[in-house]
Amino acid sequence: MSATANPTVAHDHHGHDDHGHHHKETFITKYIFSQDHKMIGKQFLITGLVMGTIGILMSVLFRIQLAWPEEASWVFELFLGDKYATDGVMNPDAYLALVTIHGTIMVFFVLTAGLSGTFSNLLIPLQIGARDMASGFMNMLSYWIFFLSSVIMLSSLFVESGPASAGWTIYPPLSALPEAIPGSGTGMTLWLVAMALFIAQSLMGSLNYIVTVINLRTEGMSMTRLPLTIWALFVTAIIGVVSFPVLLSAALMLIMDRSFGTSFFLSDIYIKGEVLAHQGGSPVLFEHLFWFLGHPEVYIVLLPALGITSEVIATNSRKPIFGYRAMIASILAIAFLSTIVWGHHMFVSGMNPFLGSVFTFTTLLIAIPSAVKGFNYITTLWKGNLQMNPGMLFSIGLVSTFITGGLTGIILGDSTLDINVHDTYFVIAHFHLVMGISALYGLFAGVYHWFPKMFGRMMNKNLGYVHFWVTAVGAYGVFFPMHFIGMAGLPRRYYTNTNFPYFDDLADVNVIITIFAIITALVQLVFIYNFIHSIFFGKRATQNPWNATTLEWTTPVEHIHGNWPGKIPSVYRWSYDYSKLNKDETDYVIAGQDFVPQNVPLQKNEEEMNH
Amino acid sequence: MTVFLIIVVIALLGVTFWQMSKILKLSKTGHEDSTQIANDNDNKNQGFLMLGFVIFLYIFMIYSFWAWGDFYLPEAASAHGGDYDTLMFISIGIIMFVQVITQFLIYFFAYKYKGVKGQRALFYADNDKLEFIWTIIPVIVLAGLIIYGLFTWSDIMNIEEDEDALVVEIYAYQFGWKARYSGEDNTLGKANVRFIEGTNIVGIDKSDSYAKDDKVATELHLPVDRPVLFKFRSQDVLHSAYFPFFRAQMNVVPGMITQFSFTPTITSEEMRNSEYMVEKVNELNQIRKERSKELVANGDVALDPYEFEYYLLCNKICGVSHFNMQMKIVVEEEEDFNSWIAEQESFGETLKKEEEQKVSSNN
Repeated sequence: MSATANPTVAHDHHGHDDHGHHHKETFITKYIFSQDHKMIGKQFLITGLVMGTIGILMSVLFRIQLAWPEEASWVFELFLGDKYATDGVMNPDAYLALVTIHGTIMVFFVLTAGLSGTFSNLLIPLQIGARDMASGFMNMLSYWIFFLSSVIMLSSLFVESGPASAGWTIYPPLSALPEAIPGSGTGMTLWLVAMALFIAQSLMGSLNYIVTVINLRTEGMSMTRLPLTIWALFVTAIIGVVSFPVLLSAALMLIMDRSFGTSFFLSDIYIKGEVLAHQGGSPVLFEHLFWFLGHPEVYIVLLPALGITSEVIATNSRKPIFGYRAMIASILAIAFLSTIVWGHHMFVSGMNPFLGSVFTFTTLLIAIPSAVKGFNYITTLWKGNLQMNPGMLFSIGLVSTFITGGLTGIILGDSTLDINVHDTYFVIAHFHLVMGISALYGLFAGVYHWFPKMFGRMMNKNLGYVHFWVTAVGAYGVFFPMHFIGMAGLPRRYYTNTNFPYFDDLADVNVIITIFAIITALVQLVFIYNFIHSIFFGKRATQNPWNATTLEWTTPVEHIHGNWPGKIPSVYRWSYDYSKLNKDETDYVIAGQDFVPQNVPLQKNEEEMNH
Repeated sequence: MTVFLIIVVIALLGVTFWQMSKILKLSKTGHEDSTQIANDNDNKNQGFLMLGFVIFLYIFMIYSFWAWGDFYLPEAASAHGGDYDTLMFISIGIIMFVQVITQFLIYFFAYKYKGVKGQRALFYADNDKLEFIWTIIPVIVLAGLIIYGLFTWSDIMNIEEDEDALVVEIYAYQFGWKARYSGEDNTLGKANVRFIEGTNIVGIDKSDSYAKDDKVATELHLPVDRPVLFKFRSQDVLHSAYFPFFRAQMNVVPGMITQFSFTPTITSEEMRNSEYMVEKVNELNQIRKERSKELVANGDVALDPYEFEYYLLCNKICGVSHFNMQMKIVVEEEEDFNSWIAEQESFGETLKKEEEQKVSSNN
């Protein structure tokens, strides 16, 4: 590696040395059409947070409907208006639209772009020791296409026939036929356009991340010295490149079926008194294509969060991450397995039961690397010197929800057991804990931890503590009870359960869940306040506030284009030399300092590890 | 009950906020700390909160199982349902065992090793033996679960060609269900949405000789202890036929016929009179009575008292009224079933009637 890294470094050094003299940055090139990865990371983060606020608000709206079905509320009048909430009572189609767009926004716009987009952009160049992404221009393009995609998705909320409302999985024929549900008209078209753009931006971003990690590592930064964040973001990008194009093809075929009379997914349909001409297609084909992305997507969401957690837990435990190589192996194993498990969403779709057996097998295999990761996190905490910064709390919370949510995957991944809990609230509980809440915790951990790097200021820790504890109680309060109503056979995506007297005794639980949801949503305002307030008035950060070893903390607090004012630092060790003792075990390697940054050469008094 | 629970939730939150304000105060008094980096005091407080949280989590989990554990569906009313439930309970047992241990370790370590200035963390980067152990344990446990699960799966899904099995078509449309019985020949007549016309609402092919004795019903009646082979067909979009009490589910896909087979083992009557169901229905009627009071006070109609019936419901989003797409299922003794099915009009009879009507109107 070093052979190729050297010329790059020299070249960059040359090119950027007297950067400031050449061209002045205007407001537009600095804040809007910026090609600087740090600014693009911030743009992704803020757009993601705005989308997240909308997505969470939507969930509160439909949770209110579920707790107090068909009751009028001023909240609905305020947010939905008379069209979607006649006399203040939410309409069934508004309910379906809300769950659909909530899912879409949270999965793609917040947890994919907001999480991976933010931290890949911010951390990849900084942690591998590069001046910027391989292609700054493509990076900028990626953000602005994402922005456009967000605008189109949000604009679909305002079209006459309503936004897409066939569920975030948009299974045809429901999503293909405006006769079947009003949301499958213009709203669905906009949804598909927005997603096509989203996929384009995701691919641009991912290719950039992959190329950057492979080519632009600084001298000495071998793959086995990379921080686990980079490993996670790198592998995430690869999964994205492998699976997102398949969703694009599914979306294109759906567009063809909708507008140009093809029959990829449609056959034998009689609707509104008429037989449609479509013949020979199969909705099951769409399910295969959708979940070929849909399942890896779970790991696209989750791996960056796990990567961030690895970094934050190690730094704040003042210990190396336990089993660094096993962690990399788990990431790779999860990435590989994630592309061959999609069928576990389709056990009862009508596909051949033998396929179900195969997918059960591969699915339960994925529990093994996941378990290894869980145990390694716990061992990292063991005998540490835990610094309870807000980022650390969220990382510990992530390990907890990742295990709670992951364990129920053993039930859902088992084709037999899936039969009776498929598409019930049990599934909702499972995936919200394991990917929703866990990934959000990862996002929060990352924001608290790297806020000083992004904005040069610190976030208020006490507000962070309040944010964490209320969220932690609330998240379990919302999702743990859902397992039980799912076990009672309560289907998801029901506007109200009152048509089944058998479900009457579940109503109390739905009220409790909603109360927890409202409180949890409200406490996010504390975070938003803390975030905005700290950007402008936060305490100024020092260069390395958390005493971390990675390269981003060797850059100046004030951002400069090119990241390092002088030469790019060389790397001499892995990123986890926390609390490493000298040969005689009398003191730390550097006396009085419990960490050795990656750019510090091997000391005479220390033993060399194989990293 | 709701009021009580809301009070508990609010009380817990109250405690949380009280603790928070204490932390806020504690972190402000004493020395002026404005670095926004956790100091020993924060570590101590947060460490204790970690311990508090794991206690909360345990209490909450125990409460959930105690209060809501009986939401789990009653004894399975199908032959394979018993195996399903056994596998489910084993899985839940394993899950809760791992959950209780790992959650304790996470939060207890977080409490025990909370940072203290000058405390030295252990530089502990690798241990192949440990990692081998926690790779191999999940491998063994999962292998067991996979094998058990796959045997059950193939038992349920591999439908043997059973001469005795009753063949029933479940036909789904926005937003309801129809059941088509195959009649004396026990063979369903050909059908396609293209044949839908007038009273032929499920699109049976008139020219198929097997179709004459088919019977279309709006309720699903099943004889107890006889295998039933369900064939599913959809008129418009994806639906999912979910029979929760029989631990059975299959998607209904336009353009193809999917199938599922099970043997009902408990009649509606028996289920209604089972201890579980009597208690459950009493409870439900109590809730309904209370709600009715409210409704009547607001000038609405009171709710009818509930009597248990099996039901089939749609479990795949299918449109605006997805939430109310159900069909009553009656499991009864063979004789009762036979007399019920005899009363149903066959497709041939329907056609004949129509024919006669046409003739008489032409005259």
